[in-house]
Formats: sequence, C-alpha cells, structure tokens
Amino acid sequence: MATNELYSLILAILTAGAAGVVGSFALMKKMSLAGDVVAHLALPGLGAALLWKINPLVGAAATLLLGTLLIWQLEKRSSLQTDTSIGVIFTAALAVGALLTPKEELIEALFGGFAKLSLFGFSLGVLGVFAIVATTLALRNRLILNIFSPELAKSAGVSVHLTNLIYLLVFALTILLGLQFLGAILVGALIIVPAAIGRELAKTFPQFLTISAIAGALSVVLGYAISQIYGLDLGPVVVAVSAALFGITLFRKKS
Amino acid sequence: MCNMPLLEVENLNVHLGTNHILRDVNFSISRGESLAIIGPNGAGKTILLKVLLELVPYSGKALWEKGIKVGYVPQKIEADRQIPLTVWNLLDAKAKTIGSERKEVRDVAKSVGIAEHTLRTELRHISGGQFQRVLIAFALLGKPDIILFDEPTASIDEQGEEQVYEVIHRLQDELNIAVIVVSHDLSFVYRHATSVLCLNKHGLCFGRPDQVLTPEKLTELYSAPFGYYHHIHENNHGH
Repeated sequence: MATNELYSLILAILTAGAAGVVGSFALMKKMSLAGDVVAHLALPGLGAALLWKINPLVGAAATLLLGTLLIWQLEKRSSLQTDTSIGVIFTAALAVGALLTPKEELIEALFGGFAKLSLFGFSLGVLGVFAIVATTLALRNRLILNIFSPELAKSAGVSVHLTNLIYLLVFALTILLGLQFLGAILVGALIIVPAAIGRELAKTFPQFLTISAIAGALSVVLGYAISQIYGLDLGPVVVAVSAALFGITLFRKKS
Repeated sequence: MCNMPLLEVENLNVHLGTNHILRDVNFSISRGESLAIIGPNGAGKTILLKVLLELVPYSGKALWEKGIKVGYVPQKIEADRQIPLTVWNLLDAKAKTIGSERKEVRDVAKSVGIAEHTLRTELRHISGGQFQRVLIAFALLGKPDIILFDEPTASIDEQGEEQVYEVIHRLQDELNIAVIVVSHDLSFVYRHATSVLCLNKHGLCFGRPDQVLTPEKLTELYSAPFGYYHHIHENNHGH
C-alpha cells in the first residue's frame, strides 16, 4: 500500500471513530437523520469549488459552516425542532449543489471515493479528529443535561444555545471529514449506524460512547478489506458493513 | 414575619403573545417555609414556576434574595428514557457541570432514598416513583436554598406519591430548604404547607391554608370561567 493510501485509510478509521462519538449524542438529541441532511449542505460549496477550480473541501466547509449557523439560528428563534429547521435548508442546498457540480464529479461528490492524502492533508485531518473528540468529550456533561431537559440544564447554569452551537459545529466538521471517503449521500451513515450499535449494546454512558466509536472504526477496517478483496467502491461497502454489524447486534439481543 | 423573605412577588404579570397568562400575582416565601400553589389546569401554575426560574419573560416584581440557589423539579421530562444513561451518569453530569464533588452525588442520593444499586441502574429500568426521586436528587445537587416542585406526584401511583411527599417534607425538616409545590393534592396542602397560593390566572388567595382555604374560596377557584378542567396527562384522578 502506498504511503498516501495508508494516510487516507488511517484518517478514515479515525474519522469513523469520532463520528461514533458525535453520533451517540446525535442519537440522543433525536437528530440522527440530520447527518444525512447536513452533508447535503456541503454539496453547493463543493460544486462551486470544482467549477472555480479551488479545493473542493474548502468550498464544502464554507457552505457547511453557513448552513450550520443558519440551522442554529432557526433552532434558537423558532420553536421548530432541529430536524425540521435543517430540513428546510437542505432541500434547497441539494438542488443548488446538483446544478453546480460538474456531471463527471457528481457521482464522487455523492458517493465518495478513496482520495490519496498528502502528509499535510493527513495531519490536518488528524488534528480535526482530535478537535472533534476533545470538544465532544469536554462538552459531554452539558450535552447530557441539555438533551435530558433544556430547562434543567439552564437551572444548572448551562448555556443551552452556546452548547448547541458548539455541538453543531463539531457535527459539521465530522461530516466534512467523512465527506471525502463516503460522499454527501453516504456520510450520514457514519453518524447513525455506529451509534445505533452502541445503543443496542451499551448499559452505561461511557460504554455507549466507546462501543459507538469502535463500531465506526471497525466498519471502515472491515469495509476497506472487503472493498480491496472484491474490487468494490469503499463508501458503499463501509456503510453496508456497518449496517450488517447493526443487524448482528439485533440478532444477538434476541437470541 | 421575623425573617427576610427568600422571594417576594408583587404585581406579577405574564403575557404570551396576546394571552394574558398571569394577572397581578402577589406572594412571598421565607427560609424553611413551604408554599403550595393550587388551582385548576390552565391556571398558569407551571408558567409561574418558569417565571421564577427566569425562563419566561414577565412584568412586575419577582425578587429573589441575593445569591439564592434555586432547584427545580419539573412536572414532566420530555427526555428519552431509553437512552443508555444510568442514574449515576445523569447526576454525575450535573455535579461535574456545576463543579460539585462526587461525594455530593452519593449524599443527595442517600438523602432522597435512592439505593446504591439504583444509582447503577439505567433510567429506563427505574419506576416512576424512583425517577421522581432522581429528579429531586438532581435539584438538590449544588445545595439549593429553595426547590420548586411542579406537581411532583403527577406521574406516579398513590404509594409512590406518599413517599415523595415524605421526602419533600424531610428536606424541609432536616435541611431547612424552602419549597414551592404545585399540587392538586389538598391533603398535602393542609398537612405540610405553611402557606398556600390559589391561582387562576390571578392570585385568588394567599395565606395559611387553614385560614384562606374556605369552601367558598375553593369553589370560586375551581369554577371560575376560565378554570375548566382538562385531564390530558392523567388517566385517573383521585379527587
């Protein structure tokens, strides 16, 4: 395996692990599907960047950030639930993105690929993963209170809106990192499926986070192996593997 | 009154949109006292608690003594109790957020009668009565001077109800914590409350239960035009 391929693989594994942790909170916040939806926000930026021949990730990051701030504002000002406010924005984003993205790039933008990473890109990615995990863990108690009851969180002195904003930004960063190898359509699975596995198997909160992270990372490892052996695309295989792992946990529980 | 009130409310008004939810409400509570708020559903009892917690905008005066710490036990938690969170995980999250020590979690759990093994149990596996104790323990973390209870027994059976009232009463006796309790249960009001506020959008009466809760007052309270009785959350109601 070439070094830059190894970089990509390691970053994909780390990202999936981080997505498990972030996804655990998304599951509790009942915004699991938001991963799918937020990912679509990246599409217009990605498409525009490809048109203008700049780094697609920069474009994706720009619209993701914009969309995230918009969602946060909507969530703060109206009584709409996060899912609903996100839904309003993402349909428009998907339409614009599909119009902007050059046809030949659209499939990769939607379903991902296996980019070969430079050492710089790898380092930046690892830094991102570190930031995601560190921030989420630092925020975890506030998030738990927020999710459990915003009123009780406030009574404990938690700034509900600020906590939500930081979480949404971390969420968007996770999507951005996952976007590279899973694409806008599939990256949401990283948020949902490992956390669903964690929830099935865990009895305590630390267990929940740990199992979700391991399930995410394991899906990429197994998915990579299978995609190499059978010459398949990485993204869909990773998602299929994680879904299969989830199926096994359900089966295990019943037996 | 010998001691300074913890809380003084004067001419309190709350408007939500075009609705005048609370009108000219007046009352006060001092350290160690127990105030019961009674009134029909839709009378604005929960809103009043939220005003006191500064979650809802209002006009008029709602003045807390300086540096007072307020605990809150809501009526209903919209939380997903299916999440993999043990009782300990939840209480510990608050303790860490407010900078309390771990020992305090064990102390408050003990003071409301949560057993050691219950601390390790997931929230989804505990009974309604135990869950209510968890919420009281949650409110007790951080050593509040006063706790606001919003219908603390609404979701539990009669036996659990009695235990929860006992816990509340003990908090007053042993820890000298003032409590404000929204309650439908008049027997609780007569037995444990030092004062009562009758609320039906506006304050109909305020004072010692044996003095102000006349049959006429109660009739007026529960049969006022806007005081029709809804039971959405409760299937059976004992009175």
